[in-house]
Amino acid sequence: MRFERREHPVAAITLGAPLVAVALSLAIAGILIALAGAPVFASYAAIAKSAFGSRLAITETLTRAIPLMLTGLAAAVAFRAKVWNIGAEGQLYAGALAVAAAGLALNAPPGITIPILIAVGAVAGMVLLLIPVALRLRFGVDEVVTTLLLNFIVLLFVSMMVEGVLKDPMAFGWPQSVPVPGEARLPRLVSRSKLHLGLIIAVAVAIGVWALNRFTVFGLRSRAAGENAEGAQFAGVSLPRTLLIVACLSGGLAGMAGAVEVMGVKGFVSTALSPGFGYSGIVVAMLANLHPIGVIFAALFVAAIFVGADGMSRTMGVPTFIADVTVSLALLTMLIALFFAAYRVTK
Amino acid sequence: MTAPLALELTGITRRFGPVLANDDISISLAVGEVLALLGENGAGKTTLMNILFGHYMPDRGSVRIHGQDMVLGRPRHAIAMGVGMVHQHFSLAPNLTVLENVMTGTEGLWSLISRTAKARAKLADLAERFSLKVDPDAFVGDLSVGEQQRVEILKALYNDCRILILDEPTAVLTPQEAQHLFRVLRTMAAEGLSIIFISHKLHEVMAGADRVVVLKSGRVVAERSTAATTKAELAELMVGRQVQRPARVAATPGAVVLKTHGLSLTRGGHTRLKEVDLFLREAEVLGIIGVSGNGQRELAQVLSGLAVPTSGAIDLFDAPAGTLTPARLHSLGVARIPEDRNSEGAIGSMTLWQNAVLERIGDDRFSTGGVVRAGAAKRYCQQIIDDFDVRGGTPATEARLLSGGNLQKLILGRNLAENPRILIAAQPTRGLDEGAIAEVHRRILEARAAGTAVLLISEELEETMALADRVQAIVGGRLSRPVSTEGLDAQALGLMMAGEWKGLEDAL
Repeated sequence: MRFERREHPVAAITLGAPLVAVALSLAIAGILIALAGAPVFASYAAIAKSAFGSRLAITETLTRAIPLMLTGLAAAVAFRAKVWNIGAEGQLYAGALAVAAAGLALNAPPGITIPILIAVGAVAGMVLLLIPVALRLRFGVDEVVTTLLLNFIVLLFVSMMVEGVLKDPMAFGWPQSVPVPGEARLPRLVSRSKLHLGLIIAVAVAIGVWALNRFTVFGLRSRAAGENAEGAQFAGVSLPRTLLIVACLSGGLAGMAGAVEVMGVKGFVSTALSPGFGYSGIVVAMLANLHPIGVIFAALFVAAIFVGADGMSRTMGVPTFIADVTVSLALLTMLIALFFAAYRVTK
Repeated sequence: MTAPLALELTGITRRFGPVLANDDISISLAVGEVLALLGENGAGKTTLMNILFGHYMPDRGSVRIHGQDMVLGRPRHAIAMGVGMVHQHFSLAPNLTVLENVMTGTEGLWSLISRTAKARAKLADLAERFSLKVDPDAFVGDLSVGEQQRVEILKALYNDCRILILDEPTAVLTPQEAQHLFRVLRTMAAEGLSIIFISHKLHEVMAGADRVVVLKSGRVVAERSTAATTKAELAELMVGRQVQRPARVAATPGAVVLKTHGLSLTRGGHTRLKEVDLFLREAEVLGIIGVSGNGQRELAQVLSGLAVPTSGAIDLFDAPAGTLTPARLHSLGVARIPEDRNSEGAIGSMTLWQNAVLERIGDDRFSTGGVVRAGAAKRYCQQIIDDFDVRGGTPATEARLLSGGNLQKLILGRNLAENPRILIAAQPTRGLDEGAIAEVHRRILEARAAGTAVLLISEELEETMALADRVQAIVGGRLSRPVSTEGLDAQALGLMMAGEWKGLEDAL
């Protein structure tokens, strides 16, 4: 058996790959559910019901999808230019912490406070990614290592802050930051739910990133830099400049995810702000095949699995880890499906 | 032919995707025979030899060696049955000595003692017998390319090969070194070895081989004894038609547009360019000729704005150029054809129109306020496709789907469409077929006639003689003084490529 590269990637396989990946991952998760001793189809039904079965379920899923869309975009933008940003989790926390700190200082109406704080969060994420990318450009330091390890440093820094100068004295000793002022809270989209303005922001940003990739000089240059750095340089694309802009975009999106999560859901920062949104963003980006519009749908899938599995575990007694397993399986099956979209099997 | 057969290839067929690289090829080789495999790039020569050596599995066909069937697809079996191969790109470890390289793979991985003394004696004996002198204790990384090739051949002989395959063995040699190589191959054949060498150079085939098999588009189109054929006949068989390369007509050069002052480049502790002085005038072609790996790549990189010289300076249009970048060169009207069209010249997964405008995407014509004007870019690309006869694609086709010749025409087109003042052409015809070479030559001469100053960096003697008005040889990163190609003979140029230009300097 051999693999040969296809002359033209088959559109049906490329578009169908995520669907096949999702279906296969659910099927394999079914086996694991069965091994855990729960009825498989009832468990599927419980996942679907918990994710989409009611008005509350739907708003929960959508709310959970918001940070995933933004971290997914952060990964998609970076990976397309072959900047391996594994640090979205840290950038998210940097953005969140910056918002909590700046929120203390700001005293303005919501129309001004909200855009400013989102920008502050984005800048914090940018700075955090600019360091590793600059190190790579200057000294050739592998950004996979530096961005990954920065996640832990940032999380410990957040821990230090919420136990220290930013600690909320009214929180009965819980390690969490002083809440952001009411003017900084994102308005609700649906009453009696957590769903907030962040959804519209995230979708608009996704469309913006898509347009940036598709229509602009920067989009063309960053793609060229990612596909063939040598060729791009020969054609006069400045690699450092392009990659630094990519770093600003990617880090900014991840920082924005932290800002929106604080301002839309929690209202404060703690080390439990993100259940790995930064890492899940990588999966979201891969499931979307790095396409910004695809990121919206991939984020919805991942969010539905997480929300659905939470509910399912309450009714069926299957550990919620099944959600992590399913999402990881989806990533693996997606990678395999993409391989078959590019290669054909011959004898 | 009365000699017993060393090798029989029967009905070898191999397909790569839509390309039939080898189509039912049958070849036999007698003991003590030197066979040349002649064909253009892409004719299937290397694929066939890689099948013989076990790198590829054929879809169909069989190989018999000395009357025994060979297990296909296993280089180890091929070596065990006495097949040795010298690849175009050597497979030696630069950080090991000659002796260690030769012994690699001949002793068991877990054997505790290494029989170095015995190996050394065997190597010395082989080197003596075939006049392949080389210091067994030298590190391969310190050897010249010609010496490394000797090590490759010795390695094959050390493995007791009876059939030696050489893939384009003269590509890295000066003409004089090539002559020596063919004498060595003769000696081997006289001792009963059988030799196949791959080439696309007619004079070598005529001089070095007993018999020649001509491949074209994956098929055997002819088999001739070299005694009973002519270069002209072989050329026609190989190409399928007579292609006339264009000839240069006399022209008066204009003002000096490019001048370098003592350019030197040191990389990783090695001197790649040393005190390079050259000047280039309007409406002339300056040829830089040399054997591969003597600093051509670095010179092209410095002049294309991809590498910064360690010392020295460049003047462009009578003014110090400062630090060159690709973008600045483009804005100054310096066009560049890269040495490697696949890695530097194009981005395979992007479309032809994107590749056509990438270096000028910042121009007002192709973008407004940072937004790409795709319509204008596509029209521009279509114009290049029409004017330069690029076949096999529309502006929306991905560049990787074009053949090498057509991709080169696109690169040439995007460079020449704007009437550049200077053209830096690095190996512009490498890997192209005869038809495409003639086309590239015609375009370069047209640009020269239009007043463009052309710097041609090439390894091809004939190409340089045909296109260049003046030529400088590059050896070990140093340039000879320029010599007019008028009345210069190939032998003298060959000597210059070997670094012997002392006597020629007076000829100026």
